[in-house]
Amino acid sequence: MTAAGPTPAGGRSRRRGPSHANSGYLFVLPFLLVFLAMLVLPLLYAAYLSLFREQLVGGTVFAGFDNYTRALGDDRLVKGVLRVARFFLLQVPIMLALSLAAALAIDSGLLRFAKVFRLGIFVPYAVPAVVATLMWGYLYGPDFGLFAQIAGKLGLDRPQFLSADHMLGSMANIVTWEFVGYNMIILYAALRAIPHDLYEAAAVDGAGSWRTAWSIKLPALRPALLLCLIFSVIGSFQLFAEPQLLQRLAPNVIDSAYTPNLYAYSLAFTGQEVNYAAAVSFLLGLVIVVASYTVLLVTNRRSRA
Amino acid sequence: MKWLNRFPARAGTSYAAAALLAASLGLTACSGGSDSDGGGKAAQPAAQSEIDKAMQTPTELTFWTWVPNIQKEVDLFQQKYPAIKVKVVNAGQGTPHYTKLRTALKAGTGAPDVAQVEFQYIPTFALTKSLVDLRPYGAEALKDKFVDWTWGQVTGANGEVWAYPQDTGPMGLLYRKDIFDKHGIAPPKTWDEFAAAARKLHAADPSVFITNMAPNESGVWTGLQWQAGAKPFVNTAADSVTVTVNDETSKKLGTYWGGLVKEGVVSADPDFTDAWFQALNRGKYASWVTAAWGPVFLSGSAKSTSGKWRAAPLPQWDAGKEVSGNWGGSTSAVIAGTKNPIAAAKFAEFLNSDPESTKKFATEQFLFPATKALLADSSFTQQKPEFYGGQTVNQVFSDISQTVDTQFQWPPFLDQAVTDWNETVGKSFADKTDTNAALDQWQQRVTTYAKNQGFKVNSQ
Repeated sequence: MTAAGPTPAGGRSRRRGPSHANSGYLFVLPFLLVFLAMLVLPLLYAAYLSLFREQLVGGTVFAGFDNYTRALGDDRLVKGVLRVARFFLLQVPIMLALSLAAALAIDSGLLRFAKVFRLGIFVPYAVPAVVATLMWGYLYGPDFGLFAQIAGKLGLDRPQFLSADHMLGSMANIVTWEFVGYNMIILYAALRAIPHDLYEAAAVDGAGSWRTAWSIKLPALRPALLLCLIFSVIGSFQLFAEPQLLQRLAPNVIDSAYTPNLYAYSLAFTGQEVNYAAAVSFLLGLVIVVASYTVLLVTNRRSRA
Repeated sequence: MKWLNRFPARAGTSYAAAALLAASLGLTACSGGSDSDGGGKAAQPAAQSEIDKAMQTPTELTFWTWVPNIQKEVDLFQQKYPAIKVKVVNAGQGTPHYTKLRTALKAGTGAPDVAQVEFQYIPTFALTKSLVDLRPYGAEALKDKFVDWTWGQVTGANGEVWAYPQDTGPMGLLYRKDIFDKHGIAPPKTWDEFAAAARKLHAADPSVFITNMAPNESGVWTGLQWQAGAKPFVNTAADSVTVTVNDETSKKLGTYWGGLVKEGVVSADPDFTDAWFQALNRGKYASWVTAAWGPVFLSGSAKSTSGKWRAAPLPQWDAGKEVSGNWGGSTSAVIAGTKNPIAAAKFAEFLNSDPESTKKFATEQFLFPATKALLADSSFTQQKPEFYGGQTVNQVFSDISQTVDTQFQWPPFLDQAVTDWNETVGKSFADKTDTNAALDQWQQRVTTYAKNQGFKVNSQ
């Protein structure tokens, strides 16, 4: 609207009306309403529920923090949290390294079919997690799965992807497959935002493409990588769909407390312990906050050092 | 019902469950004072004039069920009572169905008038006062129409009638005659003979197991407990329950099945999975410990083995005795809060006791009957399916149905008991660990849960 000419006085008169700050609130109002109704209110309600105890016999009583103390001493919950923490340590570095490599490769401009490559890596993210898990579950099957069949043809031992020892790794593989593309897009977008004069300056200074990647691209990617990392913390600790679906294929490997989310779900829907489930969910939220904050602290300190 | 009514439609099915959890936390908000009437004290019997009036008043009933094509039976009812319209809703099969039912009941709105409820879930829903006692609507007069043990299953501790039986699953053994013949094995009459046959068979052909003990199928285990005469759960009063899942009889079962699995002569694959279906077709299992709905189910899912199967009663613990348990089967129950209890009760009654309707269930949906009349009906019992080499399979299971113990009871918190079984006893089969130790764990977990829920628990 900078162009002069016979523009009606709209621009100026609008400025005299309600202040910018207020009209801003008006614009976010639809979001705010949904946010309040769908997130904040249920959250408050869950917090309220977690302070009570409803029994099949005897009804509801105020329990104070009983549900929380019970959860802290619940070794099934603790085991679940440790399991997803292990999952995080195992899966996230691999996934982010792959995403980073893919983003750098596409950005380097040296790839032949960069667009096809980019799309190919991203497509798994468009596949719903449920479908992806069912598909991989089928591939993993010890009797009929693709890997088992190939191994059988080659006369090798059939790989036991769904056994207790390998389940976490098999799940990490599914999640990696699903989310490499998503993280790649975030990183790639960040790479595209790097001003070109930096590259030109580097070229003038005689930097090759490896050197450019190391000294310019990687530092510029730090905020984006951090974002991916935080998303991954949340995703890992909230692992649910994958174990829930694989449970059918390996019912005796994945129990009802395999991940904390699965545990909260079975508490609420199998055991009718809605109040305790609410407390467990809140504690899990707390764990995620702490884990995310730790990640932030660690990465910040490292960058300053 | 083929396998549709088999015992635990497995726990946890909703995919969007994380979101659902939040939603359900919200929904339970309204649970406060919505305890509807029904249950508890026996209401006054409805007078015949009231019933007549109700059946002539235009009414719409909602009926939740997962029986396919049930409209055929519903139409029969609507022909007889044109004033009453029944809306059939399929709210899912097994667990999703019950989850929705519970949510609607807690919300105090949206629950059906009549719902399909499997036998094992009746105490669970009766405890939460979700079912209407059918005695005021003349239910007791129908007692003799139904097989005795099924009536025991729908009767509450104080004589309430919570539902009408629809179909059943008395347990028997389906076996591969060709495999048995090849190895010179006669259909075992006792469990000792069965164990001997298991060892002989597996030694002769290591790729074949006499049967499979599914580590995810508490229904089979409970049915076997039922046959052995165990009483793992007894509901003594509304607020107390006896839990003895690890008593002597159950330990005998634990030693037996745990031992065979550990020895490696009985396999332990999860059932109703792709791998399991393939194994049935391939002849990996020489027999299937199953229920009366098994024959029709099997002929649909193991087509390549047609003509090779036969049916027999379960092997016995005491030679010469004939006892069995039950696995699966359903009822129709009237849901508390219905505005039309009379019409709903009469609908449930008609559906499951009218000769034409019950016959349709048996011949069109292949539900195994719960009425005495049909079990004695030669047009049903004398069918000779080719899949079983012309054997009168229905007769076999009809006879077995007479031998099912009438006193067996289910816990008032079935979902939890099943989950705990999967993670203790079932797991012991999968991992080949000590099943009797797992039974003790099961006992301990169920007891802890029941106490947490406010029950007085007796474990004697």
